[in-house]
Amino acid sequence: MKRHRSKIYLLLALVAAAIVAKYQTAISPYYFQIIIYIGINIILASSLNLINGFAGQFSLGHAGFMALGAYTSAVITSSLHLSPGTAVSYPLFAGALICGGLVASVFGLLVGIPSLRLKGDYLAITTLGLGEIIRVIIQSLGFLGAARGFTGIAKLADFFWVYAVVAIVIFTIANLVKSTYGKGFLAVRDDEIAAEAVGVDATRYKIVAFITGAFFAGIAGGLYAHFVTYINPSQFGFLRSFEIVVMVVVGGMGNIAGVILAAAVLTILPEALRAVAQYRMVIYAFLLIVIMISRPQGLFGQRLDWSRVWRWVTRRSSSPAKGES
Amino acid sequence: MMLEIDNLEVAYGAVRAVKGISLNVAQGKIVTMIGANGAGKSSTLRAISGITRTSGGRIRFDGRDITTMPAHKIVALGISQAPEGRMIFANLTARENLAMGAYLRRDTEGIEKDMDYVFAMFPKLKDRIDQPGGKLSGGEQQMLAIARALLARPRLLLLDEPSLGIAPILVRTIFEKIVEINRELGTTILLVEQNARMALSIADYAYVLETGEVRLHGNAAEIASDDEIRKAYLGER
Repeated sequence: MKRHRSKIYLLLALVAAAIVAKYQTAISPYYFQIIIYIGINIILASSLNLINGFAGQFSLGHAGFMALGAYTSAVITSSLHLSPGTAVSYPLFAGALICGGLVASVFGLLVGIPSLRLKGDYLAITTLGLGEIIRVIIQSLGFLGAARGFTGIAKLADFFWVYAVVAIVIFTIANLVKSTYGKGFLAVRDDEIAAEAVGVDATRYKIVAFITGAFFAGIAGGLYAHFVTYINPSQFGFLRSFEIVVMVVVGGMGNIAGVILAAAVLTILPEALRAVAQYRMVIYAFLLIVIMISRPQGLFGQRLDWSRVWRWVTRRSSSPAKGES
Repeated sequence: MMLEIDNLEVAYGAVRAVKGISLNVAQGKIVTMIGANGAGKSSTLRAISGITRTSGGRIRFDGRDITTMPAHKIVALGISQAPEGRMIFANLTARENLAMGAYLRRDTEGIEKDMDYVFAMFPKLKDRIDQPGGKLSGGEQQMLAIARALLARPRLLLLDEPSLGIAPILVRTIFEKIVEINRELGTTILLVEQNARMALSIADYAYVLETGEVRLHGNAAEIASDDEIRKAYLGER
């Protein structure tokens, strides 16, 4: 029974997504859009968490993978003239998303290969460069709309699609890293040489992390394209990659729940700060600095330790006068 | 011979750390390499494990050439190492560190048994089983590193400076355990040490390394009684 628990959670999450999707028109379009963006950002941050957080390979090219998935799936659905509402469109849409993911993971492999020789900041700069190369190439391809962007994409992604993928991504990554096999990612991150010395094939782990992470980023890109219905290369620039990295760092490298929360909070935050108009990015940046100074290991550290959270809560309520220690 | 090293060379860029070392380890023995800093002891061990690339020479294990074999395949053949500086997985708990040691094994029951064995051998580890490896003391980390290497169930165990940076009182315990591993499990041991006196007291055979070359080798007892060695390495006049 215990072995199937995570599968049951996945099933419940899919059913919940389907039910909520039925009522999605009841939510105001503005809030609905934010909810969708949260889902897409959770997919992006969780998949980057596998590369950066678990395998410890600092990658700054995630927006590039997202772009590949977005353009690939958009080209497929547009050339097939899929449209929302027709039953046949949805299985084909799923196929298009997967194609986008596969193209992204092929590039994930290409980006992963330098990680076998480069570490830390060198790898970060290389992945940043490769991400930009993807963007610039798309920008120069006329049939993709070049800098004008790719228009007229069918609005096929809705709440169900986005959150079904969210559930699948979390399920996949959680199962991957909790398994004995998955502990190899943590070993590679902690000490690559020691990992090799106990028999872990570090090369394979890094490649698997890049391929899997890029695959899901590609799917996130496909969902994004089929939600906003218009994409252009500037949406997938370096800043996009950087935003995703921030979500992973703030959530805590290698902390699945923390990264999900951070993705949600950091998507809502700039919106919530719209009230203060021109100062909002200043406040956003300031909050990030405060978080990094006070919690350099991320808001929740590497593991969300519920017993510690509980002790913190009980200590506060039993001796309210003492305050925080 | 279980392990045969023939004219091994290791270079880091232009620096030649190992300049043609030949060395043999017979099954069931404790063999030690002693020597000062920079003598090439650790480089030799790392080359055997496949962690460092060799630039010349041959390494054979059970007659099979493993010179260019990747590290994880060498572990599968039955060689594991407790590396210098311990190299504990700091963010994994002590138990997870041990489980990583058994990474290539699939016999769950055998792994459980070996876990119990190392806990009996190092009872202190059992108290710290759910602590992250990085929070353990130096001595505990050293025990963990040895225990982790044992969980691969090696036939040849490579130990790199197990006495480095730990309390003198613990050094004796760790050396006793090394003998115990050799006697009880029949594990062949290749031990690298700066603490020559300790190493020679438990080893069957010894190699003295100096600036990347073997200067002298022989039975540990003979080496320990060699006049020059006593002066240079054992601090006697």
